[in-house]
Amino acid sequence: MSDTQFETYEVFHQKKKGDPHIHVGSVHAPDAQVALQYARDQFARRLQCVSLWVVNSKDVVATDYQDERFFNMTLDKSYRDPKDFDAPLKEAAHE
Amino acid sequence: MTTERSDEEKLTEFEARVGRGEKVEPGDWMPDDYRKTLIRMIGQHAHSEIVGQLPEGKWIPYAPGFRRKLTLIAKVQDEAGHGQLLYRAAETLGKPREEMLEELLAGKAKYANVFNYPTPTWADVGVIGWLVDMAAVVNQTMLAQTSYGPYGRAMKRICYEESFHIKQGYDLIVALTKGTPEQRATVQDAINRWWYPTLMMSGPPDKLSAHTSQSIKWKIKTKTNEQVRQEFVDLIVPQIHALGFSVPDKDCHYDENTGHWHYAQPDWEELKRVVNGDGPCNKERLAVRNKAHDDGRWVREALAAKQQRKDVAA
Repeated sequence: MSDTQFETYEVFHQKKKGDPHIHVGSVHAPDAQVALQYARDQFARRLQCVSLWVVNSKDVVATDYQDERFFNMTLDKSYRDPKDFDAPLKEAAHE
Repeated sequence: MTTERSDEEKLTEFEARVGRGEKVEPGDWMPDDYRKTLIRMIGQHAHSEIVGQLPEGKWIPYAPGFRRKLTLIAKVQDEAGHGQLLYRAAETLGKPREEMLEELLAGKAKYANVFNYPTPTWADVGVIGWLVDMAAVVNQTMLAQTSYGPYGRAMKRICYEESFHIKQGYDLIVALTKGTPEQRATVQDAINRWWYPTLMMSGPPDKLSAHTSQSIKWKIKTKTNEQVRQEFVDLIVPQIHALGFSVPDKDCHYDENTGHWHYAQPDWEELKRVVNGDGPCNKERLAVRNKAHDDGRWVREALAAKQQRKDVAA
């Protein structure tokens, strides 16, 4: 009898305001409201928590680990990297 | 995409990655045996958490004092939570939770031997927290390093909570130790009964273990059963002695040469019997688990009705 296999919801936990919401796991639930309750019981019953998000696992769009080329930087993009600029700020100001 | 590689090439690459300490995630290619071993291990681990609620859960109505009662409820709730975390980790490998729950209810699933022993006294609750959960934490700290990402993440969360389980068990034992001679005697009696079943928890000796060497190679486990058991013995024996108790092993002694406590092997035939369903409480545990599942049916039906209403509204 299939009464224990609900959809799953991914859970994001925020420890305090100003912190990012961090993915902590997932729960089975019939809908998002119940998922929030289970998420509280599972992931916030002891540690500090000010906010929880739940997202239906189906709605998560993810990259494929196999497709490593997705993250390959084929061009030199060092111009995007602040470390690539070595002009000393102070001296420039004096000139 | 890249050109198609043979399974042999994929295996070589997989083993090289794992060898470098990289973690494996659900979408990654993995050998069939790696997947099967993890489904078996994580499933058994999840079942152990679920059944593990029962030996102590029955003491909740009799816990002495409100604080001990709240603590025990919290601990048992943790075990239920751990079971759910682990079922989710196993599901990432392709086995639905429903299937695992049904296997447990039908008596087809294996779980930790230790939960098939009775808990006749309050000292048993303390000794489970102190000894059994200590052995579990030593094993789970090792498993937190596993090569399979979702299992390792679940273990880290679980280890944190298990440290509370050990502390509360130890605290309860200390309270009994300061009590009457009769109360002290219940502690020694509980240690005597739990010692060998707890030693068995880490699994059969390496030479009898069918899975160890492959699991070590793929870093599913990072230590052998023997290493985990020795680590536990080295931690717990000095604590038992410090409280003025002993282990039921006349030959247990500290070996200056090895730097470890020497201990007698448990009866491995007993482990086989108990894990395969023939322990003192296997039938009772399954009956209680099935009753709880049946008693909870109305909740699942209510939740399912809620889901249906949502689907109609959508």
